Amino acid sequence: MRLLTIFTFLTFCCFAAYCNTITVGRTGQVKNLKQAIALANPGDTLLIESGRYLEGNIIIEKSLTIIGENFPVLDGDNKYEIFTIHANDVTIKGLKFINTGVASINDLAAIKVLDSKRLRIINNRFENTFFGIHFSNSSQSWIEDNQLESDAEAEHQIGNGIHLWKCNHITINNNTIKGHRDGIYFEFVTNSLITKNFSEGNIRYGLHFMFSHNNEYRENTFSKNGAGVAVMYTTGVKMINNTFKHNWGSSSYGLLLKDIRDSEVRNNHFVGNSVGIFMEGSSRIQFTENEFKQNGYAIRLQASCDDNTFSKNNFSANTFDLATNGTLVLNKVEGNYWDKYEGYDLNKDLIGDVPFHPVSLYSMVVEQMPSAVLLWRSFLVLLMDKAEKAIPAITPENLKDNSPLMKPYDLNKRS
Amino acid sequence: MISIKEVNKTFGKLMVLNNVSIDLCKGKSYALVGPNGSGKTTLIKSILGMVIPSTGDILFDNVSIKNDWKYREKIGYMPQIGHYPENMTIGQIIDMMKNIRKNVSEFDEQLIDEFKLFKMYDKRMHTLSGGTRQKVSAALAFLFNPPALILDEPTAGLDPVSVELLKAKILVEKENGKLIIVSSHILSDLDELTTDMVYLFEGKVHFNNSITSLKEETSEQKLGKAIATMIGQKELIESINK
Amino acid sequence: MNRIIKYVFYDMLRTRFIVLYTALLFVSTFAMFQIDSDADKVVMSLLNIVLMVIPLISIVFTTIHFYNSYEFIELMLAQPIDRKVIFIGEYLAVVSSLCIAFLIGCGIPIFLHGASFTALTLLFCGVILTMGFVSLAFLASVLTRDKAKAIGIALLFWFYFSLIYDGFLLWFVYAFSDYPLEKITLTLIALNPVDLARVIMLLQLDISALMGYTGAFYKDFFGSSLGVVLSTVVLCLWIIIPFSISLRIFSKKDL
Repeated sequence: MRLLTIFTFLTFCCFAAYCNTITVGRTGQVKNLKQAIALANPGDTLLIESGRYLEGNIIIEKSLTIIGENFPVLDGDNKYEIFTIHANDVTIKGLKFINTGVASINDLAAIKVLDSKRLRIINNRFENTFFGIHFSNSSQSWIEDNQLESDAEAEHQIGNGIHLWKCNHITINNNTIKGHRDGIYFEFVTNSLITKNFSEGNIRYGLHFMFSHNNEYRENTFSKNGAGVAVMYTTGVKMINNTFKHNWGSSSYGLLLKDIRDSEVRNNHFVGNSVGIFMEGSSRIQFTENEFKQNGYAIRLQASCDDNTFSKNNFSANTFDLATNGTLVLNKVEGNYWDKYEGYDLNKDLIGDVPFHPVSLYSMVVEQMPSAVLLWRSFLVLLMDKAEKAIPAITPENLKDNSPLMKPYDLNKRS
Repeated sequence: MISIKEVNKTFGKLMVLNNVSIDLCKGKSYALVGPNGSGKTTLIKSILGMVIPSTGDILFDNVSIKNDWKYREKIGYMPQIGHYPENMTIGQIIDMMKNIRKNVSEFDEQLIDEFKLFKMYDKRMHTLSGGTRQKVSAALAFLFNPPALILDEPTAGLDPVSVELLKAKILVEKENGKLIIVSSHILSDLDELTTDMVYLFEGKVHFNNSITSLKEETSEQKLGKAIATMIGQKELIESINK
Repeated sequence: MNRIIKYVFYDMLRTRFIVLYTALLFVSTFAMFQIDSDADKVVMSLLNIVLMVIPLISIVFTTIHFYNSYEFIELMLAQPIDRKVIFIGEYLAVVSSLCIAFLIGCGIPIFLHGASFTALTLLFCGVILTMGFVSLAFLASVLTRDKAKAIGIALLFWFYFSLIYDGFLLWFVYAFSDYPLEKITLTLIALNPVDLARVIMLLQLDISALMGYTGAFYKDFFGSSLGVVLSTVVLCLWIIIPFSISLRIFSKKDL
């Protein structure tokens, strides 16, 4: 490690002809960070030695590369915002931010970025920060390999982990966010890529966005968040290969879709949520090749949704597969695998010969009387459901899968 | 040895035992006589603790049998109809009984030998005839050499040879000074076997004395005749009283 | 007591019913594992057997057995043995043979395919329900002298606990859905061993749905181990209470 550091140091020395490297720290050229920033020219690199820096709010208005050595600690003393960046081409790497101030008017953050471009926030650690990374009106930036962890108990005591407002072309990759209000929060963010993040145990939503069109979410994991993932008022969302799991609670959803249009939800895993997907006012969404497993409700489809397609999904071990609050059927459900399907396949084409009605009578009873869920799996309920399956009277007759699969899709093959 | 004190027993509205008080002493043998449904079997079952008296108490060796079960070690019981687990063999049942009364080490297997039951040790109970069952019951009653023997219709269903064997056995035990209670309708048998008689009618004790005194009172030689005369006298007295 | 248990046990094995019962459970469990590779789904199918078939067979078989062993009981009663010992011996013999049959029949296939915690909970529920319904069968048997009547009572018990009671509960929840009746509903569930066992299984199989149910009380109850401990205690009461009532009746009964 030390050798590597020396090597890096030497490398930077070679570049010194073009841009200087300033070492900050007890043994460095400059003892404190603010001084170093004042001394540096745009394009310079600040190498920060390990140690604890308590310097209040640090404002960066030059294009600098700030690199930490063994995660030097930048302490906000529970009062200050730590970095406020208002410059293009800034790189922040290998720092540890702790104890930002908490305020109800200002969004105090560990790193706040205003009106900037081409930033790189890479491999930093955040502990006990109000907001972790806060971008507004910025673009073409990378937020990668960061770890954010807080342990607030109530929503008002804490801000969001990664908070973006009015940004575009941002890549958020491989970050871990725990214990914030919203793990990742977007408002008016477009054309961005969100991949391989891990958002767990946040008080409100693991991921929360509004008016953020044409973004792509891949291979993220959202787990045990207070209310799961909520996305609203957006078109052109792509959600591929994400995992939504263990979001438990009366208003907790693996994925809450409200007014989402022209989107794609493919190859995701919804495991052990109270509600896998809750949809309201959404249309033209393709749900394909998703896995719904051990959820209370796999999908709750409100009658305000139309023109959505559910196909090639696997439903297994859910308490209820599909629930809806209306009788009008405006969505297409076809070619899914349902483990509750009891039909037969005489021509051996692996497609069941009789349609499957995914809406169970008892799910509608539970809709009316939530406490009736305690009678689930009783003999009485079994009889009721069987009778309803034989002669549908209450459940929407036309909401059915005409070509249910006999065997589950092998979803891992394609992912 | 056994004293029954003011025992009443009702099944629903039916009064089966009505204020029965008898003392049954060691060394005597009692004939328990009465028409069908007079309460003989109920009385026997009460002594065994299988029927629990509505009121009154039964003492065995001066100890109340209520909530007690140890006293049954001293009783050998031969039921009127022997009910046995149908799937067990004679041998298994005899073994089981021996197993239950572990404290007895010397068994009286005379009847097992005489009835030749050991030849049928492998036979299951449900294959047996009524007579053979009676033999098993009799053998079991005498097996543990108990000081008191209660025999409910012992000779019913047995072949003449077996009857004689059983009677001889009862007489031997009587000579040994055991308390013997025999209920039967075959009065000639009782004449031979017993010294005293308890006559039950509609749950009441109508006679409780030695057979010799009964015969003297009625000046009859045979027990059957003596009883008939006694009943005749009683009915006469009753009709006069009315 | 041991001797009694031994003889009753032997007697029950002779009837071959227990062997048949074991084989039936074994074959059906094994077949379920063959059809479905997902162990959790097998548990769900087995749940129906545990909640319906096991209580039914336990209660009917025990009632019939009790009447068939009347001779044995009568024989024993004339012997120097405490009545209570005879009765408890009978109970333990029946319970242990039915439980062993269940554990062999369902347990072995489960263990062969890897026992999950859910599956173990299911086995636990099965054993407890067997014991409870044997208790109820003994109660039905001592309530009347008539074998047919006793079987009728036993069937009524089963029908009541697996169907009628739930109907009542559903009506109750519906009629009072505007009121916060969480504690009462939970108490009502505790008053039925089948429901209680079912809810313990729901905690394993449908925890996501239960957690979705509005009601802080349930969430606390189900979220904590207290719920499981408490329901187990109540289930044990369901074994002990009917049995002790029947023991009391039996020790005063004329035979």
